[in-house]
Amino acid sequence: MRFGRTPEQHAFAEALDDLLGAAEVAVAARAWAAGDHSPGLKLWQRLAELGVCGLLIPEDLGGMGATAADLAVAFERLGYHGAPGPWIESVAVAPRLLAGTPDADVLPRLASGEAIISVALAARALDADVCERTYALRNRVGLTESNTSGSPPSGSGGSTSGVLPLVEPGERQRAGVETNTVPSATLNHAIVGAEQQSVDPTRRLFDVTPGDEIAAVDPTALDLGTLACSAQLLGAGLRLLDDTVAYVKQRTQFGRPIGEFQAVKHLLADVRVALDFAAPLVHNAAIELDTEAPTAARAVSAAKVAAGDAAYLASRTGLQVHGAIGYTREFDLSLWILKVRALVGAWGTPAEHRARILESLVEGR
Amino acid sequence: MSTLEFTEAEVAFRLEAREWLAANNPGRLPSMDTAEGAAAHREWERTLASGRWSVVTWPEVYGGRDASLTEWVVFEEEYYLCGAPTRISQNGISLLAPILFGHGTEAQKERYLRDMTDGTLVWAQAWSEPEAGSDLASLRATATRVDGGWRLNGQKTWSSRAPFADRGFGLFRSDPSAERHRGLTYFLFDLHADGVTVRPIDQLDGTPGFAEIFFDDVFVVDDDVLGGVGDGWKVAMSTAGNERGLSLRSPGRFCAAADRLLDLWQTDPQPHLRDQVVDAWIGAEAYRLFTWGTVTHVEAGGSVGAEGSINKLWWSDLDLSLHETALSLLGADAELAGPWVDDYLFSLSGPIYAGTNQIQRNIVAERVLGLPRGGR
Repeated sequence: MRFGRTPEQHAFAEALDDLLGAAEVAVAARAWAAGDHSPGLKLWQRLAELGVCGLLIPEDLGGMGATAADLAVAFERLGYHGAPGPWIESVAVAPRLLAGTPDADVLPRLASGEAIISVALAARALDADVCERTYALRNRVGLTESNTSGSPPSGSGGSTSGVLPLVEPGERQRAGVETNTVPSATLNHAIVGAEQQSVDPTRRLFDVTPGDEIAAVDPTALDLGTLACSAQLLGAGLRLLDDTVAYVKQRTQFGRPIGEFQAVKHLLADVRVALDFAAPLVHNAAIELDTEAPTAARAVSAAKVAAGDAAYLASRTGLQVHGAIGYTREFDLSLWILKVRALVGAWGTPAEHRARILESLVEGR
Repeated sequence: MSTLEFTEAEVAFRLEAREWLAANNPGRLPSMDTAEGAAAHREWERTLASGRWSVVTWPEVYGGRDASLTEWVVFEEEYYLCGAPTRISQNGISLLAPILFGHGTEAQKERYLRDMTDGTLVWAQAWSEPEAGSDLASLRATATRVDGGWRLNGQKTWSSRAPFADRGFGLFRSDPSAERHRGLTYFLFDLHADGVTVRPIDQLDGTPGFAEIFFDDVFVVDDDVLGGVGDGWKVAMSTAGNERGLSLRSPGRFCAAADRLLDLWQTDPQPHLRDQVVDAWIGAEAYRLFTWGTVTHVEAGGSVGAEGSINKLWWSDLDLSLHETALSLLGADAELAGPWVDDYLFSLSGPIYAGTNQIQRNIVAERVLGLPRGGR
């Protein structure tokens, strides 16, 4: 029995840290937010050279043929360093989503970093303006489910198939309660519309409407996206904790570092605890996806809830402990505070994932 | 790729444990903190030992199976999932025995280990004193050198299991001129010796789960000094990390409790409590996986130090919130005596014993995060 990262995965994380640590990622993120993609795209290319873009693409198509566990390692580091761009969509979701479809021809160029792809889980696509292709998912009321919780599933959808809730607001009632069904989805080309502003300025969102249909959605592609989002949240949380710990060691008030005060220590200890217990859930979700475990979708949801909660706690604590300087855009901490807020609700909200977990637990009894 | 897969031998071990427990598990017994319950729990320890399941990780010569850490966690999962009784011998098996193995003489191991495995000798811990709780190193109970041994004087309190146990272990100040962590010695003593008075204290649940112990010139032979004279602090702390980190509360307990919570939820699925039920399951699952990570780390030669405090914070908070959720689900019936109330009352003690959670947070902040010491 062994549970944890392999030496190769540790080495991969270190290589990513070396590259990203020296790359002025925060500068690239700020430029990205301002509409200047060039530093971010350069970073994209360098990460592609390290194999990040092709992690989930088979070797014969120019990718790495790596595992979901490797993917989680990469996304934790991307989250830690705050790399801007549609990483989840291009690297975690697109390979599986497009495999076996007429659009799979893009995969070799996706692996090499030449092509960037966005996928809209709901009504908006991230960074569609830099993407060669943008896809939208359309819901289709399909699979039946038993409404075992005895209560409205609060728009949860969720099913053994692992499809994330994809119901549009108007469809929620019909899909969730009255017909007792959950949606499955189709993959469509997207018609990109107006830009919308995210709470995280580095996330440039665009309205999309589904265009022509390409194929049915492989739900595992969406679970891979949720896994990557969870890992990114975990990494962002780790970064917020590291930066805050460094700050409280050097910030002096009342003649001593504020890190000496128990009120501060206890807040930060709680963040350490939350992150340390989210990490194994993220790793396990990856392993379950890799081994195609029947509970993989549930494991992914647990990872998303725990990583989101832990990262959010890290962001709230980081902000509080920094005080006013943390509440400024100028200070880089804001990049992670705002990203965490956005990612907590992305790739399925905590409520949706909790509903999916409960349904799976109840079903298995 | 690392996997969650178990070896054939580990699977066989799990099945053997499951089968034996299914055939022998007596289910919930009366509280071990009553005379009747203590006897029933000792009997259960005897049964466990007869199947060689009471101390699976110990060497065979002392009644164990030389089981790996992985197998221990597997056993604990099976143990708690089938609803087997709490362990009256826990103080001895998980607090004292690791120190006996690490610091005890051969004679001490011979004298005490086997009797610990089958409920013959039940041990009470005697750490706290009225003026030494979280600040354990300020303890005042003394040990004075006499012919052939020592005389113990002073008072211990909150001594778990003391009302129905046979022997105790604790720290005493053997060098009155030394301060705090220095000059302490680890002693083993007979709770029925001349000069020992045990005054049971009823806990919140109404049973005497702990006691005050008064020492009035209690004679202890030299052979009952564990580790070196004056080395008591070092000896006592040598396994503290491991205890908080691994052996104190195995994940099987919480997985089983989360499972019972789901049963309860299904009898009355109240939508507004859904998230809390799910979070209890996530918390137990996280603890299970975290523990496998720790086992992997330890089996590869690593050790658990201050990280053990992270563990203790998690399971104690999880246990409490899980039982609070159960009481919420029970609604007006939550105040009625029963297993949920019993387990809730027990969970209230988790953030206090084995070092309060405030002390644990200090340890995490200072020794894991590297924040400056001081500033209590």
